This record gives sequence, C-alpha cells and structure tokens, in this order.
Amino acid sequence: MMDQVLIAIVLLISIYMLGSSRLGGLVNAVAWQGLFLCLLAASVQKTNMPWHEWVLILLAIVVKALILPLLLKRALRETLVQREVEPQLGYSLSLFIGLLLLVGSIWTVWKLPLPPEIGNPMAVAIALFTLMVGLLLIVARTKAITQTIGYLTMENGIYVLGLTLAVGSPVVIEMGILLDVFVGVLVMGIMIFNINREFDHINTRHFTALKD
Amino acid sequence: MPLISLLTALILAPFLRSIINKVKAFFAGKQGPPLLQPYYDLYKLSRKGAVYSSVTSWVFRAGPVVALGTSVTALILMPTARISSLFQFQGDLLLFAYILGLGRFFTIAAAMDTGSSFEGMGASREALYSALAEPGLLLGLGGLGLITRSISLSAMYGGINVDFVLSRGLLPAFLFILVAFFIILLAENSRIPVDDPTTHLELTMIHEVMILDHCGVDLAMIEYAGALKIWLMGLLITGLIVPVFTTSLRGSLALSIVSLFLMAMLIGIIESIMARLKLIRIPRLMAVAFIFAAFWVIWVAG
Amino acid sequence: MTILILLPLLSYLVSAFLLLISKKKSSSSGLIALAGSLIAALCGIFPVVHVLGGQGSLDFMSVWNLPLGSFHLHMDLLSAWFCIPVLFISVLAVCYGIGYMSHYKTQYSVKYNWFFLQLLSGGMYFVLLAWDGILFLMAWEIMSFAAWFLVMFDHKKKEVRRAGWVYLAATHLGTAFLFAMFIIASNESGSFDFNHMAGLSASVNILFILALIGFGSKAGLFGLHVWLPEAHPAAPSHVSGLMSGVMIKAGIYGLIRMVMFMDVWSPWWGWTLIAIGICSGLGGVLYAVVQHDLKQLLAYSSVENIGIICMGFGIGILGLSYGNPAGIIGIAGALLHVLNHSVFKTVLFLSAGSVAHATGTRNIDSMGGLARKMPVTSGIFVIASLSICGLPPFNGFVSEVMIYLSSYKSAIFNSSMNTDLMLAALAVISVLALIGGLAVMCFTKVFGVVFLGESRTDCCQGSEDPPPSMLWPMIILVFCCALLGFGGAGAVQMVIPVAQSVCSSAAYYGGELTAVSKLMGQISILMAAFILFCLLLWALRAYLQKNRTISQGPTWGCGYQHGTGRMQYTGSSYVEPLLYAFRTLFHSKYKAPGGRDILPEESYFSSHTPDLFMKFFYTPLFSFLASFFAKLRIIQNGRLNLYIFYIILTLGGILIWGTL
Repeated sequence: MMDQVLIAIVLLISIYMLGSSRLGGLVNAVAWQGLFLCLLAASVQKTNMPWHEWVLILLAIVVKALILPLLLKRALRETLVQREVEPQLGYSLSLFIGLLLLVGSIWTVWKLPLPPEIGNPMAVAIALFTLMVGLLLIVARTKAITQTIGYLTMENGIYVLGLTLAVGSPVVIEMGILLDVFVGVLVMGIMIFNINREFDHINTRHFTALKD
Repeated sequence: MPLISLLTALILAPFLRSIINKVKAFFAGKQGPPLLQPYYDLYKLSRKGAVYSSVTSWVFRAGPVVALGTSVTALILMPTARISSLFQFQGDLLLFAYILGLGRFFTIAAAMDTGSSFEGMGASREALYSALAEPGLLLGLGGLGLITRSISLSAMYGGINVDFVLSRGLLPAFLFILVAFFIILLAENSRIPVDDPTTHLELTMIHEVMILDHCGVDLAMIEYAGALKIWLMGLLITGLIVPVFTTSLRGSLALSIVSLFLMAMLIGIIESIMARLKLIRIPRLMAVAFIFAAFWVIWVAG
Repeated sequence: MTILILLPLLSYLVSAFLLLISKKKSSSSGLIALAGSLIAALCGIFPVVHVLGGQGSLDFMSVWNLPLGSFHLHMDLLSAWFCIPVLFISVLAVCYGIGYMSHYKTQYSVKYNWFFLQLLSGGMYFVLLAWDGILFLMAWEIMSFAAWFLVMFDHKKKEVRRAGWVYLAATHLGTAFLFAMFIIASNESGSFDFNHMAGLSASVNILFILALIGFGSKAGLFGLHVWLPEAHPAAPSHVSGLMSGVMIKAGIYGLIRMVMFMDVWSPWWGWTLIAIGICSGLGGVLYAVVQHDLKQLLAYSSVENIGIICMGFGIGILGLSYGNPAGIIGIAGALLHVLNHSVFKTVLFLSAGSVAHATGTRNIDSMGGLARKMPVTSGIFVIASLSICGLPPFNGFVSEVMIYLSSYKSAIFNSSMNTDLMLAALAVISVLALIGGLAVMCFTKVFGVVFLGESRTDCCQGSEDPPPSMLWPMIILVFCCALLGFGGAGAVQMVIPVAQSVCSSAAYYGGELTAVSKLMGQISILMAAFILFCLLLWALRAYLQKNRTISQGPTWGCGYQHGTGRMQYTGSSYVEPLLYAFRTLFHSKYKAPGGRDILPEESYFSSHTPDLFMKFFYTPLFSFLASFFAKLRIIQNGRLNLYIFYIILTLGGILIWGTL
C-alpha cells in the first residue's frame, strides 16, 4: 500500500515538472521527487536491508532533497534569471510525451525478465520513467538551470533503478554515483553562475550563435 | 429502485446549483439566494413569453429541447452507485458519451444560429474543450471496466469490490481517476477554473454566452438540462466513492445524494478560492485530465 | 445467375459507348448515363443479394488470348459488400449530376463528363470483381484514369489542372507499388489468378507493405493523402461525391483482399494499421477543422474516416492474430463504416455542391444564413453532419460503436492478459474519442457558419434550394443514414457473413457479432425513447408558450446596436482556439497588415494553414526531381537528325547485345 501511494506521488511530481512553467517550483519538485523516490526504493525492498543500505538512502535523501536543491536555489537567486522555464516544446506536448514515456517504460518492464526478488515491478517502471522525464527536460527546455534539473531528475531515476533492480549491490558503486552527481551539480552550479556573469543570461539557445 | 433514483435526480438536480451558490455566498460573506431559488427560476422562466431573434431558424428552437432530451436519456443510462440504471446493456457507456455529444452539437448549433459573434466565441470554446475532455472520460471508464470486467455502466459501478481494490493496491489509482473525472466535470459543466458562470464579460464566457439569446421556456430547459448534467457527471464520481461505505441499495441512494451535495460544496469552495484560468491554458488542464485518466488505466492494467 | 454479374459491366460500357457517339450538344446525354447506371444497379442487385444472402460466390471465366492472366470475374462476399455503394451511389450521383452539370453546358461539352463517369462506375465495379492480378490492374487503371478525366473536366481553370496533375502523380505512384506487389505475389503463387494466390506465406511482409502504400495512396491514408484536398474541390460535386464516397474505398477493398490472401496474420500489421489509422484520423480531422474551402474540408474529413476504418481493421487484425475473438467486431465495424461513410460523405459532397452552386463560392467564411434560403438542403446537411460525427441515432454511430466495442472488449475481456493488445486498444479508444469530439467541432463549424446566422457577403442573395432532381438523391441518401442508424441491428446482421469471410479462421466468432447486433437493437429502443422525449418536450414547450407573447427582435448585440453580417464569428475565428492549442502541428500563416497606428488604415485578415506533408515533403521532393530531370533535357534538343542518330545508336546497341 505504502509503495503504491509513493508511486502515485512520484507520478504527480513528474506531471508537475513537465507541465509547470516556474523555475522555483521545478527545483522544489526535484527535491520532493528525490525524497519520495528514495522512500519508494526503501519501501519496495522485500528482504531486510542491511544497515549500510539505510545509511546510503539517508545520505541520498540529504544530498538529493536538501543540499542540491539548496545549491540550485542559490544559483537561481544569484543569477537573477527570469523565473520562467522557457520551453522548447509546449507544456501540453511535453505532458503528452511524458505519458508516452510512461507507457513505454511500463511496457518495457512488462517485457523485461525481471528477477523475482523485485517486490513491485511498478517501482522499476517509475524509476525508468523518472530517468526519461529527466532526459525530456534536458531536451525540451532551454535554460541551463533546467538542464541541470533534468540531469538531477535523470540521476534520481538511475539511483532508484539501481536500488530496486540490483538487490544488494556494492556500496562503493552507489557511493560513487552519489559523489558523481554531487560533483556534477556543483560544477554545473559554478558554470551557471559563471555563464551568467560572462554573458548576462543562462539561456543555452544562445549557444547557437557559436556555430559557424 | 432505478426508477426512484431517476426521479430523485430529476427532482434534486437543480438543488446542486443552489448549494454551490450558497457556498459561494458564504465565502463572500453574503447570505445568498434562498435554497429553492433555482426552482423559482425554472418556474418563473416557464411562465414567460419569448423574444426570438429574426436571424434564427428552427435550429435555435430545437436546441434546448434536444439538450434536455439528451440529458434525460443519459440519466436513464447512468447508475446511481450500486443501483443499476433504468436501461442497461453491454457498451452503454458509449451511448452515454455520445448522446451527450448530440446535445452539445445542438447547443452549439443553436448558439451559432443567432449570428452573434459573442455566441460564436462561446460555441467555439465549448466545442474545443469538450472535444479535449472526451478521451479522458472514455479512457477512465475503460479503466473501470478493466477492474470490474464489464462494459456496461451499471455493471461497472455495481461491480466495484472494495476488498479487491485494496488487495491489489489500487486505491491511489482511484485518486487519479477521481481528479480526472472532476476536471472533466468542471469543464463539461462550465465551472471555474474552465469557465466562470458569473462572469460579466461576454468575451470570456463559454456556456453563459452561448445561451444569451435564449429566454422563457427555452432558457428554463437549458438551465434544467445543465443541472441534470452536473448530477450526471457527479454520479460518475460519487459512484466510485460510495461503494467504500455501503453495499446496500438504499444506502447507495442516500449516500450518493449526500456525496453529490458534498461535491457541490466542493465546487462552490473551488469557485470561491480560485480564479478562472486563461483561456489558452485550458487545453493544458484538459491534457492533465487525460493524463490522469491514462495513469489510472495503466495502473489498473498493470 | 453467373451471367448477371456481367450485366452491370455491360450496361456501364454500352451507355458509355452511346455517350461517346451521341451528338455533342445532345441534351439527353445525362439521361443516357442515368439509364445506364440504373440498369446496372437493377441488374447488380440480384447477384449482390444472392451472394450476401449466403448462397455462395459467383464465378465467371472466359477465354483470354493475351499473355499472362485470364478474364476471370468473381463475386464473393467482400466484393458484394463493396458493390453496394458502387451500384447504388453511382445512380444517385448521376441523377444529381444532371441538374448540376446544366450550368457547365455553355462552356464544355458535358457528354464527356458522363462518358467518364460511366467508365468510373464501371471501372470500380470491374475492380471489385476482377479475380486476376493483370485484370485487376487493368480495371484499376480504367478507374483511376476515368477519375482523372473527371477531375480535369473544368480544365480551363488553372487550379483544376494543377489538381489533376497532383492526382495523376499520386495514383501512378500508387499503381507502381501495386505492379510490384502483384509480380511478387504471382512469383510465389505461380499465377496471377486469385484462386491460386490464397495462402501466401513466404513474402507476406513485403506484400503487406507494398499493398499498404499502393492501396493507401488511393484510399488517402495520411502521408499519401495530398491528392484528396486538391482533387475533390476541383471535380464537379457529384464526381467528388462518388470519388470520395466510393472510389477511395477501392483502396480499402484492395488492402483487405490482399490481407485475405495471406496465410497467417502478423501482429505488426495490426500495429501498423492502428498507427497509420491514428495518424490519418487525427491528422485528417485536425486539417479538416481548419479549412476554409468547403470541399477541401470534406476531403480532409475523408482522410479522417479512412483513418477510423484503418483503426477498425488494425484492432481487428491485431486481436485476431493474438486469438482474441473481439477482433472480428473491429473488422465488421470497419466494413460497416465503409458503407456508412460512402453514404454520408456522398450526401455531404452533393449538398456542398448545391451550396457552392447557389452561392458561387466555396469559401465558408463568405457564406451564412443559408438555412432560411435553402431549408431542405440545410436539413439534409445537418443529418449528414450528425452521421459523420458518429452521433446517435444515425449510421456513423453504429460503425464507430463497433470499433469502440472491439477495442473495449480487446482490453477488458482479454483472457491471456495480452498487454500489447490492451495498450493498442486503449490508444484506439482515446484517439477515437478525440476524433469524435473534433469532428463535432468541424461540422458544427461548417453547419453553423454556412447555414446559420446571417449571410456574411452578398453572395448568398439569390440562393435557393436546388431543383427536385438534385434534392431527391440527397434525401434518399439521408434516409439511408437514418435507416442504417435506427436499423443498426439489421446492418450488423448484414455485415456478419462478410466479416466472417474476411477472417476465415474465425468463423466461430460470429457469436460476438450477434451480441453486437442485439446491442444495436437496444440502442435503437433507447433512441426511440429519446425522440419521444424530444417530441414531448416540444409539445410541452408549445403548451407553455401558448398564451404568451412571442415576438421577434434583433439578436442581442451585447450593447452594440449596429451589428452586421460581417461581424459574425467566422469559421477562421471559430477554429482559432484549436489552432492555438495545436500550434506545434500547424504552421499557420496569418496576414493582417496595417492597423498599428493611432488612426488605423483599412486592413484585412487572412489565415492559411498549409498541408505540412505537401509543404515539407512532396513539394521539395518534386522540385528536386524536376530540377534533376531537367538536366536530362540535353538529349532532347529538338534536332531531328540527332533523334535519328539516337535510333541508330539504339539499334546498333541491340544488335551488338543480341550477337554477344
């Protein structure tokens, strides 16, 4: 029951991310998404988890739902960008593509020969879907900060996919992923800040000016 | 029993409007019109004469009649929670959806018949938004069919087994379909945030502007058909909730009425605390309704 | 009985011949054509009834002295089903056309129109009966060419000539694929005769693709549809009615015929048909809504309906290939929609023709208020619109419900829990619902803007209902809409054996269809109740208004006193919210110059929504091809001696090749 509710919440957050036009909302959404996905990953585990997994999940929650969003918020504040998303694809279209992605990921999960240890195949589908939504955000939005958010979303998906699929995977790998993301977002944060200082905007559309 | 629930609907439907108005008045700190006001209005309108625009043809006169006729026919097909409808067969949900479409066709045509550009605006919006609402409705009902293994509205709403739903962990999915149907209800009945029934500006109206030129009996019929339509769409929603509390027929009827009244209060609250959306945003809202219905159906299928 | 299947063909041919030798200014040419198609229809009824009545197919084989193939005619259930619209609607189209052609008399010699119309009808009948690959291709070409001449009838206009060329290119490209298809099929089966073709198994996938493209270009599947919105407006209305109502169905017929030859159906055909059906349905209806040209709008709406038919077949083939009995409902629904569409689309084209004739324009936005000037036509149009929107109690509803039911049943009563089938069915349901809603938008726009309100320009001044010879064909067709709608149960009963014959492995699925037929009966009962309600309400309304003052006044102008017809909502403004909501799919062009200053000067507004396939695919492709082939002109430089040199060169080449 618990995991079903969590899945519903994660789905709702994804809809919001695709349909919302506010940057601040998007950052909040990615934070909540991180939190709930981690909870979902914890709740679908069938066997008792070893203690280090718990630590790992707690750590992930702290990083994903607290530190990274705060960093992004800071970047948002300091760069004083217009608080609007600037979509490449319209919102309704993004929503609709999101639906197709969901169907696609569920279809994949139906077709995949999943190991029986996995408690809820729906959770795998949701992880996959989150990954796709992240990709979609990167493709369909123009601002550098939305791309970072897309990247984060994607990572949320990968993280939970790993957690649900690979039962008892080595801690080192997961720590590695986490560190990777952390550094990635840090670098991106600095980049956004610097791009903004140099060029007065963080719209990646202007990169097209660089082509010859 | 089906006959009683049908009669209840025919009698109590206008009451939903008075509840909505009362709640809105309460939020505005006013006393509001008396609870029986919609009935007084219907009575008053039915005793009036009429002025017809010289531009109009028979379509304008047929519009209200067909609108009311379709609403009543749809009501015959609509079960009240466990109480099956008066007339049921396999696939009646399609007739239900399409007969409402027939009513819409004539309402729109009657609006276009006046030759007023304002009514054209309303007609165009009504046509678009209800077209966008349709997939969500039929898909959502399909999901309900998947749970109850049936394609008749009565069997669908009569077959909701709460234990089954709980054991399969489908409860959150029900949340999706409730929201989807509620958005569709708001759109089909021209309530906030899709349309503001009390707006003063013809440029932004949808339903109200379509019936600007109707008066007398015609207007009464349209108002009554509108009230029935809220009841109808409301039954789509309350039918999903009532089985949680009761399985008896009498209980279904009583609880359906109570939950419909609660739903009317909810509509009233929404109308008091929300503004209507920009018109160009409404397709996005309908997309959300469709996506919610799709989530629900995928969840149920999975 | 066997010989009777020849008689319609003969009748079409004889009347065509008589027309050819008749005098140029002969006033009776239309009557000859009418007599020809009437006799054909009367003779054709017997074999059609015979075959549909389940008394076996009819077969005619004659000696054939040409290489390849045989003169083999055969009428089985499928042919008989498609013969109904051909025989029946051609009579009504000709009858309507007699009145319609009268205003061409001063400019053209109308007998050629009748000649080619008879060839078209005969060609379509021939296509349906041909039981041999070569014969089929011949019949196909006769049909296509006759249609081309008919499209080009008004050839003094530039846009008509353009439309003719587009149609010719499209139909020839399609036929090229059909040639390839028949050659591959005959390679496998060893003969062009259809009797030997049954049971193809090795090359079915490539055959399916070729058939889809070849027949799809005739049927007007989205992507191959570009000729429809060009050719239909260009042709005289009874011709476009016949083409859109009946001829494009020959494409559907060919596709089913080919699929019937295949031994085992693969699920991916179903997927492909569903995907193409979704694109056609949605694309067709979206483009239909935004058109300004009445007949162009109807042409796009044909694309939409072909899409619906495709979805029906798709869900049917998918279901049957997975062993789901509900698939047969989809196939039956698609077959019934073929018949239904041919009825209401023909009426729509005919009444559009009357409107265009009466007002002298096809532009929706200059019309208005025709309901009071053409009451009968407007009544006909509203019933046909309700039918095409799939609204009860008319015939479009019956076939759409069947396709819906097939999808619902495939999703819900899916014993093996086949998730693929479920997803496909749910997609079909959502798309059909959206198409239905948008079709209502499309036809409320047409009906509202053309017939209701006031006239926008003075083109509607002298318009009136056409003469009875033009009205009656439409009234008969509209009556058929209501009959096939109310008698939905009977219509379903009629289509059961046909659907069973299409999916021979599924003969025992007939029970599904009997249940559907029962359901249609129940729908009819409820619709009768609905009509009763409406009558009662009308009586109540009359009673309540009896002693009240009923007066007339101007339309409430919301405070503005000087409204004119020009200020009404036009079709363009009606669809503007849709254009905005789907702006990613349309690349609309707007023009509204001036009007930005404090004292705005005179201005105008125009919007145009080009066909994206035409704009971004076909036009660039053909202009590329044109520029490429222009380079080959070097060899054609007009000098006679050079041409003779070519001949010598060729001869020499052949000699050398022969001796080697």
